[in-house]
Amino acid sequence: MAEPLLRTIGLRKSFGEREVLRGIDLSVAPGERIAILGASGSGKSTFLRCLNFMEIPTAGSVELGGRMLGAERKRRDGGIDRVYAEPELTRVRQRVGMVFQQFNLFPHMTALENVMEGLRTVKGVKAPAARERAMAELARVGLADHAEQYPARLSGGQKQRVAIARALAMDPELLLFDEPTSALDPELVGEVLGVIRSLAEEGRTMLLVTHELGFAYHVATRVIFIADGEIHESGTPDEVLKHPQRERTQAFLARHREFSL
Amino acid sequence: MNYQWNFAAVFEHTDALLHGAVGTLRLFAICLVLGLSLGLVIGLARYARHRLLNWPATAFVEFFRNTPVLVQILWFYFALPMLVPFEISPLMAAALGISLNSAAFSAEIYRGGIQSIEPGQWEASRALGMTGLQAMRRIILPQAIRRMLPALTNRAIEIFKMSTLASAVAYVELLQQGKLIASLNFNPIETYSVIALVFFVFLFPLVRATYALERRLAKGD
Ligand SMILES: Nc1ncnc2c1ncn2[C@@H]1O[C@H](COP(=O)(O)OP(=O)(O)OP(=O)(O)O)[C@@H](O)[C@H]1O
Ligand SMILES: [Mg+2]
Repeated sequence: MAEPLLRTIGLRKSFGEREVLRGIDLSVAPGERIAILGASGSGKSTFLRCLNFMEIPTAGSVELGGRMLGAERKRRDGGIDRVYAEPELTRVRQRVGMVFQQFNLFPHMTALENVMEGLRTVKGVKAPAARERAMAELARVGLADHAEQYPARLSGGQKQRVAIARALAMDPELLLFDEPTSALDPELVGEVLGVIRSLAEEGRTMLLVTHELGFAYHVATRVIFIADGEIHESGTPDEVLKHPQRERTQAFLARHREFSL
Repeated sequence: MNYQWNFAAVFEHTDALLHGAVGTLRLFAICLVLGLSLGLVIGLARYARHRLLNWPATAFVEFFRNTPVLVQILWFYFALPMLVPFEISPLMAAALGISLNSAAFSAEIYRGGIQSIEPGQWEASRALGMTGLQAMRRIILPQAIRRMLPALTNRAIEIFKMSTLASAVAYVELLQQGKLIASLNFNPIETYSVIALVFFVFLFPLVRATYALERRLAKGD
């Protein structure tokens, strides 16, 4: 197996007293597409957000490209904490792109400016080059002719495609999608899934939290089921979605099938 | 009521009034720039999580919101010179009092404006790899300022009106000149009528502009 692009080791996260992630070990090889399933509140979003450090893990560690992130710091009681310096986190976030359920486009900028923003402000790319790159990304998601529109004038599906283009413009090695279609009207889901599918066909590495089981089945290379902040079951889409071994996975899938009937 | 209005005596002093108008505008400009920019710094500090920034900013806001500007101006003019090794001119005293008061009030406007921006905007900025400052400058403030513009223009109008308080330390502005003319000619009725009218002529267009701005912003969202 190729050297993992990303690896988490015993990743834990607590909010106050409540432990949401209880030691997650996951290795993501380049080109893998991992669908993450789990009940509401099981910690799926928290897990994704720990990978680009929107949340700082309470314990455990994250390796990106073979390098362990953060630095060790001794606690008073002799234990060891990992601490993360802001400059390292901004670099990591450039390498790990994220697409949100609520799109979070910048409303005061056009679609094109949204996609250019990271290039200009974070990477310091000059305007003409950033514009060219941003146009290419908008074209990739099928929105070249909407470049000058403000988000308020776009449909939900179009907004999410701009958000995907915005993430792609940064050349991320890994893409995180947190329920990218959950906020969309049903008739708009297809166009967004279509874009994600085309990224999959390019061989991009991605982690995708989704309730679209059919999509996960066809596009993911691996499916993991999270329950109570742990990886409860993991395997190929066929193994986890068609022949789940564990009871809770079976119950979850049964509920979801009922729901989608 | 058959008072004989006599405005001619006031207009004999047009020079003095012009002089006063220049003084008013100068004080207004200084306080507008100082008050609103210092307010931004303090508003950001109040928003900061760090206690070392947050606490002094909060103390500043509470102090200057809860003391009268007139008292501050008098204090800066009469008491501050006892504490600092340089002289305090009427302009300095008035500018300090009005600017610091405006900073305190506008700090609250900035803070409220920044807090009104959805957390998702921060998230998206950070997820692109922006630093906190970059996110503030590129994403949060541009949106917040738009929402704050009506409140900030109201502040500007207040600053303009507060400039008359400078007459308490004999700074040459419109009201101060009015007092002078009224005491020379014994015609406070006509003089203060003219002064009020001059303020109206300055402020009315500003207020109209504010309304227009509010309407335009309401449409944009
Ligand atoms: N910032 C936070 N502060 C406190 N608790 C939090 C925070 N973020 C998440 N939680 C809690 O952590 C738990 C897991 O949340 P998370 O959003 O990761 O779940 P999820 O699996 O993504 O659920 P959903 O399917 O509803 O999106 C929830 O109980 C949630 O209330
Ligand atoms: Mg979630």
